[in-house]
Amino acid sequence: MKILVPLKRVADPDNANKVKIPASGATIETTGLEWKPNPFDEYALEAALRLTEDGKTPKVRAGEVVVVTFGPKETETTLRAALATGADRAIRVDTTDDKLDGSLVARALKTLVEREKPDLVVMGKQAVDGDSNQVGQILAELLDWPMATFAATLKEEAGAVLVGREVDGGVITLRAKLPAIVTVDLRIVAPTSVYSMKTAPAFKYNDGVRFAALPAIMAAKKKPLAEVKLADLAADQGLKVTYHAFQAPPARKAGIKVKDVTDLVNRLKNEAKAL
Amino acid sequence: MANVLVVAEAAEGKLKKTTHSAVTFARTAAQALGGTYSILVIGSDLAGAVDEAKALGADKVLVADDASLKNYVAERYAPTVAAVAKGYAVVVGTASAYGKDLLARVAGKLDAGYASDVTDVLTDGGLKYKRPMFAGNAFGVVAINTPIQIVSVRQSAFAAAEPSGGASAVESVAVVAPGAGASRLEFVSFDQVKSERPELTEAKVVVAGGRALKERFNDILDPLADTLGAALGASRAACDAGYAPSDLQVGQTGKVVAPPLYFAIGISGAIQHLAGMKNSKVIVAINKDADAPIFQVADYGLVADLFQAVPELVKQVKAAKAS
Repeated sequence: MKILVPLKRVADPDNANKVKIPASGATIETTGLEWKPNPFDEYALEAALRLTEDGKTPKVRAGEVVVVTFGPKETETTLRAALATGADRAIRVDTTDDKLDGSLVARALKTLVEREKPDLVVMGKQAVDGDSNQVGQILAELLDWPMATFAATLKEEAGAVLVGREVDGGVITLRAKLPAIVTVDLRIVAPTSVYSMKTAPAFKYNDGVRFAALPAIMAAKKKPLAEVKLADLAADQGLKVTYHAFQAPPARKAGIKVKDVTDLVNRLKNEAKAL
Repeated sequence: MANVLVVAEAAEGKLKKTTHSAVTFARTAAQALGGTYSILVIGSDLAGAVDEAKALGADKVLVADDASLKNYVAERYAPTVAAVAKGYAVVVGTASAYGKDLLARVAGKLDAGYASDVTDVLTDGGLKYKRPMFAGNAFGVVAINTPIQIVSVRQSAFAAAEPSGGASAVESVAVVAPGAGASRLEFVSFDQVKSERPELTEAKVVVAGGRALKERFNDILDPLADTLGAALGASRAACDAGYAPSDLQVGQTGKVVAPPLYFAIGISGAIQHLAGMKNSKVIVAINKDADAPIFQVADYGLVADLFQAVPELVKQVKAAKAS
């Protein structure tokens, strides 16, 4: 199976509370925060790797995993890291975040999909900087492909994937004939979430995403990484959604520590009037 | 013509409460545009849902009721929603799992701009939308530059619309045949989690637990939730460890809630969890680690062993309610 995995780098999500909005409201400053791969995209890559192997021999790839990112030269670090964990090939679409919106990324990806002809696109359900949750769905519509969003489980079948989607009130299971698009949620990296047709049904992965060993990091430097201009993929680069200002969230007034359960219940009842 | 279309969410023949938040948005947006709002109810066996929608003050209730729409998949719903949307300036639904899946696909079909998870609508000089980013640590104010604007709203940020009296006119709309994508997609099953408790996103009180509860998640939290008539919630760590079903997860993944009263019990307060609950009116945190980040957002923090504090809390809440 050939799988395309779009990846985005984001400001360290575990320190997202350290982003700053200047008084002008003109931008969101992430200065001082490390770049990390968007967690949901990391999970997508892990799912793609699991789908193209038997679990026991992760160095043997059945098929091809191609990763793509949109960004300046520095974002190649994100791509090299993905190559080190097992992806075969990378593509960087040269642009910057401020020139993009969800629709434009989806339209550019559509052209890329038509060139690369993957059987499956696996991507994060959302990037945790913009939290927009839309590129996968728009791409699926532009291609007129079946999609399964917010996937928690993913199993390869002959010419199809069986996907468990976490939705409000339970799990919806869909079967999508290939080619198809899957966007993943965080439980896709649980030990028994993803099985290729080569994986033994009893096989269990370690929880989470895999890490690259040093020799793989060295070898990744030699794997192919192509650069493409955004204009080659999308003729119309107009933005459908534009940001006009940014605001900090309202501050919560400082709370207090109560001394015991009696104090808590008294305050909830008489001060907050919440009981 | 500058009117607003609400895409309703129906299940088992009833309107889901998510719809009412989108209607509240639509009332504000339609007023700002000097237009009206209509509600599209789509699915199958919709008589009950249509009756509820009729009371919500819409200009029209449009109904796409067809057996082919029985089990929701975006590939089958989007073509009809997009066809109806063509007469409207703004199309809105709620950012539930359904809305997030469907509305982005509709935006793709219409080549329209889409703002997701909107928490406020600004009406001064054309519509702009405020939406959370970076797990709620920043907000962006966006404009949509296409003739049809697609919006999903955060349920907890828009109060549920009350019935306005009167009954809207009801019109049937044609179901548009889906594309090739739909024919390659098979709906296999919906494994529903049944609960006697209130819906997490609608409850007045939420009792949420973290990994610290271990296998005693229900044993400890059920009595408190029962006493308060609360919904149960959980942190990612508690769900991942299997102590709570993933349907209960509150956070960036999972549900976003803002109830009048939220209990965070044995929850450390990771950024991803705070993103889902920090707009609750009153937050109570019980944790034995005095430095846990949850105490930074809690109105009332209790540093204590939850296995002793929660049963004691149940006893005292019962007494306080009785007095």
